[in-house]
Amino acid sequence: MLTELFPSIKIEDFAVATYETFYMTIIALIGTFIFGILLGLLLFLTSKGGLWENKMINFITATFVNVFRAIPFIILILLLFPFTNLLIGTIRGPNAALPALIIGAAPFYGRLVEIALREVDKGVVEAAKAMGAKTRTIIFKVLLPESMPALVSGITVTAIALIGYTAMAGAIGAGGLGSYAYYSGFQRRDFDIVLICSVLIVIIVFLFQFIGDFITRKLDKR
Amino acid sequence: MISIEGLSKIFTTNKIKTTAVDDLTLSIDQGDIFGVIGYSGAGKSTFVRLLNRLEEPTSGRIFINDQEITALSKSKLRAARQDIGMVFQHFNLLWSRTVEDNIAFPLEIAGIGKEERKKRVQSLIDLVGLTGKEKAYPAQLSGGQKQRVGIARALANKPSVLLCDEATSALDPETTNSILELLVDINKQLGLTIILITHEMHVIRKICKNVAVMENGKIVEEGNVLDVFSHPKSPVTKKFVQQIMGYDEEDYDLDYLINTYKHGKIIRLHFVGETTNDALISKLVKTYDIDISILQGKITRTQAGAYGTLFIQMSGDPDEVTEAIIYVQNETSVELEVVRDAD
Repeated sequence: MLTELFPSIKIEDFAVATYETFYMTIIALIGTFIFGILLGLLLFLTSKGGLWENKMINFITATFVNVFRAIPFIILILLLFPFTNLLIGTIRGPNAALPALIIGAAPFYGRLVEIALREVDKGVVEAAKAMGAKTRTIIFKVLLPESMPALVSGITVTAIALIGYTAMAGAIGAGGLGSYAYYSGFQRRDFDIVLICSVLIVIIVFLFQFIGDFITRKLDKR
Repeated sequence: MISIEGLSKIFTTNKIKTTAVDDLTLSIDQGDIFGVIGYSGAGKSTFVRLLNRLEEPTSGRIFINDQEITALSKSKLRAARQDIGMVFQHFNLLWSRTVEDNIAFPLEIAGIGKEERKKRVQSLIDLVGLTGKEKAYPAQLSGGQKQRVGIARALANKPSVLLCDEATSALDPETTNSILELLVDINKQLGLTIILITHEMHVIRKICKNVAVMENGKIVEEGNVLDVFSHPKSPVTKKFVQQIMGYDEEDYDLDYLINTYKHGKIIRLHFVGETTNDALISKLVKTYDIDISILQGKITRTQAGAYGTLFIQMSGDPDEVTEAIIYVQNETSVELEVVRDAD
């Protein structure tokens, strides 16, 4: 019956496209998490009254973050073509999408990290200082653990934006469900493929949201 | 022994200078419970934060146990801070850690091994009376219990000084008392010096041996709690004493007493220190052939003994009454004043 309703559907193609979407999202998410936390920490620590208060570094980081957040993602991919080619050796396929995905999402997540760190009770940081803690200890044992629920809910929001980005990257040859929907669906007028791809992407988004919410709830002992 | 010489802190915001602590000189003995009282804005919180350099002093020197805190490098200061425990008004516990992990935190900072950490955490939990709550998160505790965790955490590295910054101000009166009792206990058991910042006179009354009254960044009065209580000099101190003893309506009441009780001597007894424990009134009645009725008064307890005033009416054989008065004047430290000398 499925084949009657959707004549152009090939299960294997969908499996490959779904796998590629997951692959791009998860690898890019890991990269975004690492770079985003670094950016967020840098923004937070070098800000006024921070542990590493430094106007210059704060300005440079903030400018970097603002510039890359301002560029529309589809243009960012094009801009990064030479960089991607240098790094990955190709500008096609899921791997080639990763640099643009990470550079597009990390500044966004970095801002969310900064906000999360600002929410950490200053008194707790002060208590750690009064105990003789080093800055490193304060970062890893106070700031990050105390902001963890916000960091996780932030990465969930970022993950969903990333799934959207992978679909856009797909439209210019990165693979995944976006690519499949555009090339095999839209361009060949097989709209059933576009429809199924959309449904699959919505399911993936719901899945990430559910997992993110679950972990946030588990972590929050307040 | 803590000594502070010419300590000042000036904050500059928008080019406006505010002197929070103004040329403060003070010394505090080892094992003392030293109270610093003042209204908000008096500079007392800044003062206590200067002691472990959470705020950097603008000028002046601080010595704790012969170590000049104000001369230490950053890394030496970190080591010195492990010898200075601090308790906060809002507890400042890590919500992401359990009670035992919160108490273990300063031990992790000090680089103490896991086994030793476990042992010390357990004994601290027992010391502050939180046995059974080891695995609880701060959110599951009451305010008083949270402050007990805060105190245990401050004691973890066996400090010689404990700084309490408004440690009881966020607690209800009953919980405040139990926390104060815990502090006295700790002071006796571990012999550490406690410096306590508060705006509540009854906290000073209950546990402090010595007190400094702060106003506008300066210490306006300082000394033994009883002395400061019984002979307050500055207007601020008088206000604080009134918090405990009520307003000075004695003159009005005196006329009332004299007019109401027509016979016998009316006597004012002023208690300062130990003697209140000695059952003075019943001793007088048993020794001399007199009657005593208590008219009005208020006695309050401090760490150094009782303090307060009592009005009594003494009647009976005039000779016996005179002898009783001489006994009080010569044999006890109670100050006696005959308010009305009729019989």
